[in-house]
Amino acid sequence: MAMTNAAAPRFAIRTRTPVSTIAAVCCVVLVVVLAALPFFAGRSVMQNMFFILTMLSLAQFWNLLAGYSGLISVGQQAFVGLGAYLLFAWTILGGVDPVLAIVLSGAIAALVALPTSFLVFRLKGAYFAVGTWVVAEVFRLILAQVKILGGGTGTALPKEATNDAAFVQWIVQMTGERAAVARDKADYWLALILAIGAIGLVYGLLRSRRGLALAAIRDNEAASGSVGVDATRMKRLVYVVSAFGAGMTGALIYLAKARISPDAAFSLIDWTAFVFFIVIIGGIATIEGPIVGVLIFWLIQNELSSFGSVYLMLLGALAIIVMLFFPKGVWGTLAERFDLHLFPIRRSLEFASAAGDPKSSPAVEEEISHD
Amino acid sequence: MALLETRGLTARYGDFKALFGVDFTIEAGETVAIIGANGAGKSTFLRAICGLLASAPESIRFDGEAIGGVSPARIVRRGIAMAPEGRKLFPSLSVEENLSVGAWSQKTPGYWTLRSVYELFPMLWERRLSPATALSGGQQQMVTIGRALMSNPRLLLCDEISLGLAPIVIRDIYAALPRIKQGGVSLVIVEQDIAQAMAVADRVYCFQEGRVTLSGAPAALSRDAIHEAYFGH
Amino acid sequence: MTAIFDTILQGVLLGGLYALFAAGLALIFGVMRLVNLAHGDLIVLAAYLILLIANALHLGIILSFLIALPLMFAAGYVLQAGLLNRVIGNDILVPLLTTFGLSIILQNAMLTGFSADSRRLTTDGIETASLPLFNGMAIGIMPLLTFAAAVGVIVALNQLFYRTALGRAFRAVSDDPVTARLMGIDDKQLFAIAMGVALTVCTIAALFLGLRANFDPTIGPGRLIFAFEAVIIGGLGSLWGTLAGGVILGVAQTIGASINPEWQLLAGHLAFLVVLAVAPRGLFPRAVD
Repeated sequence: MAMTNAAAPRFAIRTRTPVSTIAAVCCVVLVVVLAALPFFAGRSVMQNMFFILTMLSLAQFWNLLAGYSGLISVGQQAFVGLGAYLLFAWTILGGVDPVLAIVLSGAIAALVALPTSFLVFRLKGAYFAVGTWVVAEVFRLILAQVKILGGGTGTALPKEATNDAAFVQWIVQMTGERAAVARDKADYWLALILAIGAIGLVYGLLRSRRGLALAAIRDNEAASGSVGVDATRMKRLVYVVSAFGAGMTGALIYLAKARISPDAAFSLIDWTAFVFFIVIIGGIATIEGPIVGVLIFWLIQNELSSFGSVYLMLLGALAIIVMLFFPKGVWGTLAERFDLHLFPIRRSLEFASAAGDPKSSPAVEEEISHD
Repeated sequence: MALLETRGLTARYGDFKALFGVDFTIEAGETVAIIGANGAGKSTFLRAICGLLASAPESIRFDGEAIGGVSPARIVRRGIAMAPEGRKLFPSLSVEENLSVGAWSQKTPGYWTLRSVYELFPMLWERRLSPATALSGGQQQMVTIGRALMSNPRLLLCDEISLGLAPIVIRDIYAALPRIKQGGVSLVIVEQDIAQAMAVADRVYCFQEGRVTLSGAPAALSRDAIHEAYFGH
Repeated sequence: MTAIFDTILQGVLLGGLYALFAAGLALIFGVMRLVNLAHGDLIVLAAYLILLIANALHLGIILSFLIALPLMFAAGYVLQAGLLNRVIGNDILVPLLTTFGLSIILQNAMLTGFSADSRRLTTDGIETASLPLFNGMAIGIMPLLTFAAAVGVIVALNQLFYRTALGRAFRAVSDDPVTARLMGIDDKQLFAIAMGVALTVCTIAALFLGLRANFDPTIGPGRLIFAFEAVIIGGLGSLWGTLAGGVILGVAQTIGASINPEWQLLAGHLAFLVVLAVAPRGLFPRAVD
């Protein structure tokens, strides 16, 4: 111990892995390609990608809640629907630009989530899940009473918020395309920004000190408290952040749909059941899982959604089978077998052999091994 | 033929190996004590016998039949009962209900019934309607033993029945053992109190770090030998 | 004054139906700490089963109901032994999502098998009969029978839990499944029996659900939420508390509906949230928890 030199640390905590460095380069290339996609892809590709990207955003935020924080919600449709209705309110009643309205809707959804959390956090575990569902029902029933937004039957967005919106008109001027085509591109770019933002936000949160605290809470809530982690505060933060994300995504989805009704905006199947499926199939508590999951989900949906209720039965059965036999999902199973971590959040301790007095390295190691 | 016999019994908790090949026998009618320091594997040994820990089929034989890997529920039916460490009474059940639940696997009434348990521990009769966990430590220990007896076992495993109890209470509990033996029960007693164990046992096994380090009749074991077997070098 | 009294009385009797929904949910949670998200759909399934038996065998509803009881018990036993026993454990995610998947499968299977049309169970006029009270008020026979059934089910379940060896074993397993195994109790088998009992109670709930109102394959989740709210309002751990929770929910709903028919559900949910805010452990929590 006497040999320990205080001047320079001889070990470093790293999260990067060789694979992740390659992955990071590929990611940048992929983002550039995706951003350029509207210049060479057709309208149906735009619409499919819009679906994939918005579902991916929802899946990332639900995964943050359930996978990383153990807050299993079956009520995220509360904030999807709320965000969607807020977008309609901002644009119809306030004449706000739709892009700004998306951000504002997310922010207000987060603001509403804060007091809501004080109610639903009184329920633990599985009861929390049903509690969030009740909250979604309450939001749905309240918004069905708001006659100015169409009450129970719903309403449509005016032209000023869709084809005539500033962002869409700007694309029309740049490309000379019809407004309807330009709108699909605008929605796509917004969805891309949202999905990248969602991944970045979740990844950033998990790599921060707060991410370590979350891992501690998930592993052992009681013990995490003894090392100074305020579990309830962390969970509340995650709940509010997830509501922000779900609210913005909901707003964007309904900006593209341009028509809203309470039953659709607060749909349990569309905004929670499908998201479950994506995260479970892909791999819960990984950032890559939802990406893999949403692609699988999109393929299945394309092939089978015309079968209606049989399709939904199949999704339910598939989710149960995956949970029973591959609880880590497709990505989790592969990552474990091949030790792949494209978005590494595990921290590994590395000793710098070049730096400092070589004799002091074992001393550090000894110190660690006594941990 | 021995009532219970283990040959090379091993047990593990996940990656942690807790027993390294234990050979042990108890004859019908015998009382055998297991002594050893904390973490020596005494409780693990009992947990393996009653089926709470997985073990190889042939490594445990009871009454001539291999019972390793058999579920705890079936092992109780074959005649092995356990008074677990820490008493483990059911808090939402009354004293009498705790005793009755011990008879769950009984198809035909045997020697031990509510009545004979109350005769053995008369103070339980007065407290029979109280929640079991409202009793004093000594009384709770009596409920634990009584609950195990209710299945009319041929072999009773007692894990640390004197732990945390006052000497006078320990004396009361140990005073019941001869009467339990009269009912035809063989006893395995895990005990940290060496003197207490030597006083009641026909034979003693000493465990250390998952192995048997000494065994024999109490009179045949010297103080130094026990000390060494107990603490190592 | 009479109108208010009538509203409250209707609400109290409606609470009986909610208590019937809730009893099975509370039982399952009490024994194995499982929140069964398919609970509502299983109630609807039982209603269709009664209908199916009545149509197939040309029997009356009551006789069909009696045949459905053991069938639903068996279904519960098989469901638990074959699927749910594999998923219950320390983690809550897997059991929760499994029952959620089950809920979606059941709803869509019923949509495929029975179509989305509303159905109803009918007998020879009991469902419309009523007893005259004072001031021209009347009390429906059916709501009264529902409430009586709820009280009967709760008494029977309390007898089962506190007066029988099986009930003792249920409570022992609920306290400490490992030690229960040392008593010779097969916890997994017990869970299967508990699920069988819960689905038997669901069948009783289904009978009254179907006799009182229309049902279709999609109403299950709504019934689950009512059941859940009744359980939480009442406080976990007491079946009588669950009845009280159902009554509070029912009264809140009828009062809401008397102001504006569209507010019925909202008023019930708000009553639940108010109770959650002021008494998070419910109104009648179990003393020892």
